[in-house]
Amino acid sequence: MKRRSFVQASLALGTLGGTLSMVGCATTGAIPSKAKVVVIGGGYGGATAAKYVRMLSNYQIDVVLVEPNDSFISCPISNLVIGGSKTMGDITTPYDNLKGKHGVIHARDRVTGIDAAKKTVTLAGGATIGYDKLIVSPGIDMLWNSIEGLQAASASGQILQAWKAGPETAALRRQLEAMPDGGTYAITVPLAPYRCPPGPYERASQVASYFKKAKPKSKVLILDANPDVTSKGPLFKKFWAENYAGMLEFRGNHKAVGVDAKSKTVKFETESDVKADVLNVLPDMSAGSIAMQSGLANVNNRWCDVNYLTFESKVAKDVHVIGDSVLAAPLMPKSGHMANSHGKVVAAAVVAQLSGMEVNPQPLLTNTCYSFVNDKLVVHVASVHQYVAAEKTFKTVPGSGGVSTAPNELEGIYAWNWAQNIWADTLL
Amino acid sequence: MRFRTHFAALLLSAVAAGAAHAATPQDTVKLHQRALAATCANCHGTEGRTTDGSAIPSLAGMPREYMVAQMKAFRDGTRPATVMHQLTKGLTDEQVQSVATYFSTLKR
Repeated sequence: MKRRSFVQASLALGTLGGTLSMVGCATTGAIPSKAKVVVIGGGYGGATAAKYVRMLSNYQIDVVLVEPNDSFISCPISNLVIGGSKTMGDITTPYDNLKGKHGVIHARDRVTGIDAAKKTVTLAGGATIGYDKLIVSPGIDMLWNSIEGLQAASASGQILQAWKAGPETAALRRQLEAMPDGGTYAITVPLAPYRCPPGPYERASQVASYFKKAKPKSKVLILDANPDVTSKGPLFKKFWAENYAGMLEFRGNHKAVGVDAKSKTVKFETESDVKADVLNVLPDMSAGSIAMQSGLANVNNRWCDVNYLTFESKVAKDVHVIGDSVLAAPLMPKSGHMANSHGKVVAAAVVAQLSGMEVNPQPLLTNTCYSFVNDKLVVHVASVHQYVAAEKTFKTVPGSGGVSTAPNELEGIYAWNWAQNIWADTLL
Repeated sequence: MRFRTHFAALLLSAVAAGAAHAATPQDTVKLHQRALAATCANCHGTEGRTTDGSAIPSLAGMPREYMVAQMKAFRDGTRPATVMHQLTKGLTDEQVQSVATYFSTLKR
């Protein structure tokens, strides 16, 4: 979040300085005034869509990816950086290959406006790009107003989220390292839906794993607005009881409504205040800011409703929205794996439409989500989602999917290999 | 290998772009088949090629009948698995045949 603010600030300076080029940002090649496909956001959804439009069109359709950062930093596995068993370097991949190997034009900038009528996007640096098809994959934004005082506490670096992997991930790790033994780490979880349903529980497990080794008198508190653990509940709770008893505590029905950074206190809707040495407070989340500003987030002014066959927005023609910003179909998680799956469905649909072909009438999505309960043992949840034409939505295939029987080391190996392969599938 | 494949694709696309050919029904079938096979790529690598040293196997170049048999063995539980028994239950026989056919045509 801090880095994004910095990027925005430097882009604004560039504009004020009367130049259309960006300060401190080198675009890979000139930004064209028109491209067949423009993709907003280089996360699991957008980077995959950009690469697969190129691949599935046999490199005939030109693609501009608008993404301010020069490297991708993965949210999946970032909890292991917080737990101390992986580094920032382990979860960082440069965008170079999208250009070098796949011919994607990377505009290192941020989209500030979408004109769906004129079919153009405007960049913070001043450039305008026309498109035939726009793919919007902006991830999530924090709804700061859902927790009083949080935005200021976050901006000052006192109460972090680290829910977009990046500098905050490393900063939260530093806070844990600086915390004396005997201290308390508390994470608050918003009501579902939010990004990465099992993420808070994996993070709490990682912190407990670190404390058990380095600070055994310390505590981990999960303060959850939901009544119970949202994902992989029985697996997490059994492991916590057997391995982190007396250290990790789960409290449901704790909806955070305010924070006080000075006294390191969280206030709840009904329950008593909680103080902790390291606070990790997650507010409600919404579609990414460009989707909110441009009116694409048409459901409760929060998520983007799409035609699931093509992921085309229901409010803007030739604008497709994918990833965490999408109003989820039944049992569809907001996960990196799912965003990558969205990216492929939208790429195939856009290539078909631009090439005069029939859109695939039976798209398929998969999701496999691994969670580390310590530095080696892993549990997964998997699902398969088939498009059901009669209901115009994706539904999980009856009898498919499921979870691990127990935390195990073999899936720890697979989880790390999953990460390497999905990073390569998204970016290389 | 990957570079050479990509270079060939670039050449082909340059030729195709010059000819500006209209999409054929075969092109559509192929596109849908590639999109379906891409659902395996999250774990098994783009075009079925995993990263170096991966414990998850590559699928590119796997014999078609072998892959179909493995997918069915995962599905009916005769081949033990951590996750594949749950994923294969989400695919129809036709989809299994299609992805196995596609990966069998790719170079390892």
